[in-house]
Amino acid sequence: MEGALKPDATSTPAASPPSPGPARETHIFTAPEIMCGGCLRTIETALAETPGVEAARANLSARRVTVTFDPEVTSPELVIAAIKQAGFSAAPLIEGRDEVHAARVSELMPRVGVAGFAAANIMLLSVSVWSGHASDMDEHMKTLFHWISALIALPAIAYAGQPFFKSAYAALSARRLNMDVPISLGITLATAMSFAQTMRGTHHVYFDAATMLVFFLLVGRLLDESMRARTRSAAENLMSLKALTATILDADGTVRQIPSRNLQPGMTMIVATGERIAADGIVSDGLSEIDESLISGETLPKRVSRGDRVHAGTLNTAAPLRVTTTATEDNTLLAELSRLMLAGEQTRGRYVRLADRAARLYAPAVHLLGLGTLIGWLVAGHGWEIALTNAIAVLIITCPCALALAVPAVQVAAISRLFGQGVLVKAADGLERLSEVDTIVFDKTGTLSLGEPTLALDQPIDAGVLARAAGLAIMSRHPYAQAMVRAARARGIEFDPQTSVSEIPGSGLSMMTQEGEERLGSALFTGVTVTDPRQTASLWFTRPGRAPVGFRFEDRLRSDAPATVAELKSAGYHVEILSGDRPDAVADAALALGVSAYKGGVRPDEKLARLTALKQQGRVTLMVGDGLNDGPALAAAHASISPSAAADIAQNAADAVFQGEKLVAVVEALKVARRAHRMALENFGIAIIYNIAFVPLAVMGYVTPLLAAIAMSTSSILVTGNALRLRGMNLKLAPVAASKDQVLK
Amino acid sequence: MTSLAWLIPAALFLGLLGLAAFLWALKNGQFEDLEGAGWRAIDDQPPGPQGNKTPQGGKKKPE
Repeated sequence: MEGALKPDATSTPAASPPSPGPARETHIFTAPEIMCGGCLRTIETALAETPGVEAARANLSARRVTVTFDPEVTSPELVIAAIKQAGFSAAPLIEGRDEVHAARVSELMPRVGVAGFAAANIMLLSVSVWSGHASDMDEHMKTLFHWISALIALPAIAYAGQPFFKSAYAALSARRLNMDVPISLGITLATAMSFAQTMRGTHHVYFDAATMLVFFLLVGRLLDESMRARTRSAAENLMSLKALTATILDADGTVRQIPSRNLQPGMTMIVATGERIAADGIVSDGLSEIDESLISGETLPKRVSRGDRVHAGTLNTAAPLRVTTTATEDNTLLAELSRLMLAGEQTRGRYVRLADRAARLYAPAVHLLGLGTLIGWLVAGHGWEIALTNAIAVLIITCPCALALAVPAVQVAAISRLFGQGVLVKAADGLERLSEVDTIVFDKTGTLSLGEPTLALDQPIDAGVLARAAGLAIMSRHPYAQAMVRAARARGIEFDPQTSVSEIPGSGLSMMTQEGEERLGSALFTGVTVTDPRQTASLWFTRPGRAPVGFRFEDRLRSDAPATVAELKSAGYHVEILSGDRPDAVADAALALGVSAYKGGVRPDEKLARLTALKQQGRVTLMVGDGLNDGPALAAAHASISPSAAADIAQNAADAVFQGEKLVAVVEALKVARRAHRMALENFGIAIIYNIAFVPLAVMGYVTPLLAAIAMSTSSILVTGNALRLRGMNLKLAPVAASKDQVLK
Repeated sequence: MTSLAWLIPAALFLGLLGLAAFLWALKNGQFEDLEGAGWRAIDDQPPGPQGNKTPQGGKKKPE
């Protein structure tokens, strides 16, 4: 691939003169703000001017930049800085399990090309033979055409059919049946019989049907895989942007930035105010407040000082800290969580996909039918050759082309519809599992709520007071202070930023004026005696000679959370809230949402236990959560969804990730999943009707190669056309009970 | 009918040529960024660093 080569290396002093074979590194960065062609040029030009960069190529479809550079001159951090300077956010790509899928897409593409070439050319020859029946084409010419077809078909099928053969072999060696078993059998038998008939110079030659079948199925599989690769790549981009980097203080006093996965135990990290802590560790210096909401769901910041343990992913809110990293292997929270996640994945067990469940019924049925045809014709006294020909014709006609397309076609339509709405379905069978859910368990903080404090609306606050307080607050990065500034701006209040403000970490802000000291901070710091215990999550503002003003903050629910929960409940879903936050805060949220089943102060293992209990009651659970503490529950639930702001572990464990502020994405995902399930069954219906129409003909020996080719392509096109309807469909959330009957056991 | 003797090989050869072109394009990453390729074609600015023969041409400041 041609990259944006650096035009003139010698014009920049830092670049070394071209030496023979210097080391080169190629890194991929995600840059989600690439939106148009101009962005590509801006980024490539900016990188071309960066010393040490050999080549840079931006990709608009993937929103990624591939950069080749000289590691002695520059580093991934400098490359990111250059992209940021050009006006785009960027992060090193964290490669997930996506790689496997990308490989599959690039493996399928040439096979599709070869199968398409073969199918088109053989069809040309076959059409000549068919029309030759009505004209003057002699037997020798027909045989010649069959031989040419064989010459194209045999290598093409041997190469292009490999994905099916491999999958069928893997299933058979594991003593299972999947859709690829009857497919492979049909293709192989059709090809073998056609070859035998060609050699004998007779008419049952199905090369056209066999190659077309391979082509259609490969196209279906390619669309399926590339849609998945696209969603996974988008999910990876999201994760990469959230990945943490750590500022490391070396023993010699130098400061450098490294990705959190390169951290070693015993390093000293500097965590600035407003940064997330990149690894578990012990505070070696500093006094601050830590927001652990992503870990525990607790919304109140926790005070930490020298010697306290802090966890990866938590947010440092008040003052800079120095943290000595500790090993993540032993008894840390993360290690505990990953043990629980493993346990959770095991309780979920292996899910058998719809198509494979259908294959379990279908494969034995058609193979018995083929055998029955063979025996029937033998018994009727027609000899081996006719009996075998008709039996194989039955297997070719029943080769589940439409059946194998029935589910993937629907899945592609459904996943691309959800993709357009910002819901990324990552798990291959995620959509199918979503459609079977009847119980929904929500986490509170960050899932039902926004996960950031907001000034409560139910208190009368004077605009002048708020303006003054916001003037102080703007100098701090504490979440409460920032919420104060947001509140003032949201109300259109203008305020003057105060400059002579000093921040006392863990306590508050103070400013000296001519009248005396103004303080904004905790009750203790401002000297206010709090009588109401529910006033814990609040800030006080004191000014000399005036009554103190209290500001109460709440973790506000997502704007459409009540409507979403109401819609789910009215559709018959059982809704529960399980949160690690304080029980009273959870009770408030549950009351506001009208949810009667809720529990606060729940630890990760208790969430897991609750899900297991629900499963034992026969409920099929969807877990919606964002925190590290939801990880095990997300892994254990039958299906799971995370918001895109979730912790990386949670996003990894979830089947789907939704972007944006609206919780209604959960409803949309359920709607589409349920509808997709119905359409997959509809498609099975179409495929079965086709079989009912053509199998009797095959059993009776009336199937000709022309009939087989027509039957196969029409059923495939019908099934795909039906699936495509899903994209523009107006969907309603149907009651749950109705869908339970449709679940194919 | 004798024309078939060379027409069929010719047709197959042309088909194979198309297939080879497709496989070459695939291997060369021509399909890696379909959206971006469309935009690059209508880019009005002087050729970027990659297609540029004069060293200083690509050194325009990005705005």
